[in-house]
Amino acid sequence: MNDQATSISHAVSVRAVSKTYKGGFQALKSIDLDIRHGEIFALLGPNGAGKTTLISIICGIVKPSGGTITADGYDVLRDYRITRAKIGLVPQELSTDAFETVWAAVRFSRGLYGRPRNDKHIEKVLRDLSLWDKKDAKIMTLSGGMKRRVLIAKALAHEPSILFLDEPTAGVDVELRHDMWRMVRGLRETGVTVILTTHYIDEAEEMADRVGVITRGELILVEEKRALMRKLGKKQLVINLQTPMQALPEALNGYALELADDGTTLTYTFDAQSDDTGITVLLRKLDDLGLGFKDLHTLESSLEDIFVSLVRGTP
Amino acid sequence: MNIPAIHAIYRFEMARTFRTLTQSIVSPVLSTSLYFIVFGTAIGSRMGHIGGTSYGAFIIPGLIMLSLLNESISNASFGIYLPKWSGTIYELLSAPVSPLEAVLGYVGAASTKSVMLGLLILLTARFFVPYSILHPVWMLAFLLLTAVTFCSFGFIIGLWADDFQKLQVIPLMIVTPLTFLGGAFYSIDMLPPFWQKLALFNPVVYLISGFRWSFYGQSDVNVTLSASMTMAFLLLCAVVIAWIFRTGYKLRS
Repeated sequence: MNDQATSISHAVSVRAVSKTYKGGFQALKSIDLDIRHGEIFALLGPNGAGKTTLISIICGIVKPSGGTITADGYDVLRDYRITRAKIGLVPQELSTDAFETVWAAVRFSRGLYGRPRNDKHIEKVLRDLSLWDKKDAKIMTLSGGMKRRVLIAKALAHEPSILFLDEPTAGVDVELRHDMWRMVRGLRETGVTVILTTHYIDEAEEMADRVGVITRGELILVEEKRALMRKLGKKQLVINLQTPMQALPEALNGYALELADDGTTLTYTFDAQSDDTGITVLLRKLDDLGLGFKDLHTLESSLEDIFVSLVRGTP
Repeated sequence: MNIPAIHAIYRFEMARTFRTLTQSIVSPVLSTSLYFIVFGTAIGSRMGHIGGTSYGAFIIPGLIMLSLLNESISNASFGIYLPKWSGTIYELLSAPVSPLEAVLGYVGAASTKSVMLGLLILLTARFFVPYSILHPVWMLAFLLLTAVTFCSFGFIIGLWADDFQKLQVIPLMIVTPLTFLGGAFYSIDMLPPFWQKLALFNPVVYLISGFRWSFYGQSDVNVTLSASMTMAFLLLCAVVIAWIFRTGYKLRS
């Protein structure tokens, strides 16, 4: 009972989902994941980690080997008509109908998802994606970035409440990337839940509310992005010394200090969360030792650093 | 029932037909005209009547079947193979569309096109030979039934094929020979007894025979048997399609 209650309160609920392909390759081990209503969730992971397999299972393109998935409380296999009508998918590959016009392709998608014709809505989608003046163009005449927009328009044609974006900005120019980010935020404001996979970490850093990291078919972490960066983020103080040092003076033993660049740079790693970072004491010590410095600045680890260390297994 | 989806698929497929009008309608009509010129007019003028029908008129039902079978298979197989090949099938697989709805859309559109083609060939034949149709309603029924059956068969081939060669191999290696040997250009009676018996194992014999009966009232095999055999084949196709979708064979990994 309790389980059902939790699954209804989530946009997507994944329980013990595994996938072993015919050749014996285990793409997903046993995934448990809850996506909250209205959030932007970023699924990070290296190539071949299982991101696309997981999305494909939720959307009905790949059959799971085990486990259950619900969308808005409905089972994606048993109640596929209900769940699939709620879900929109923008695939990673630029698979489009070359000979169709943009308008016809987007209109087709709406019908396929069981929605009655609504030219107003399609016009709005096309305008939002700056595709309106291309509506009568054959898709094959469009650039890669424009085709990506067409795929998004197709996915939004039936007004889904849950949108999957599989690597939406792979091979896309900066302008389109920012357009896409703006669009995704706009969707969230209208209450759409967005799940995106990416290996551009800055994308997740920029957009996501929560981040999941998947590697070798396992979800190794799901965390609020801010909490994650606070928890696993490291801060460093970099001090450029006036005169090079051969070795660290004994008085500085016990500090997490590293000497580099021929003895001219001193790097101090500290816990950003802690009340006492130790910076003041360290600087006073340096002063006492007569070590003058030219410059100092602090560094903060990005989500990318966190991600790399997680995936490599060296936190 | 997801009616908008059936409608969307049907429209999409019909748009493809009209976009490739030359390839899908004009070329079969042209090749059939060539058959009429060669077999009907040139050779046919030196042939006697078959069962009271001039040779030119006799081959009309067979020629229509020849085109109908080939075009039904190639249209329907291409219709579903193309999205598999281009990757756009993801949309069909992730849409709230049941197998039956997908089949209605794809096979429905392919059948429409086949029936249009059959009627067009019939019209074309008018320019070459005079003919009459004894049972027009049955003629249309056979036309429609054959179109639906072989479009379903083509749909299966399209699902099964994973390269362009496989897409061509069954129409080319099996269906065309069976049609030529199925009495498109002759009556089974004209064959030696052994070959007559063997011909009865050729399903296309029943199609052509039944269709020809609707024109001229004469047939190689009993017309009820013709209709039943066609229905049986349609049923077989339906069962195979249902199995394909249930197991996800070659569609969902």
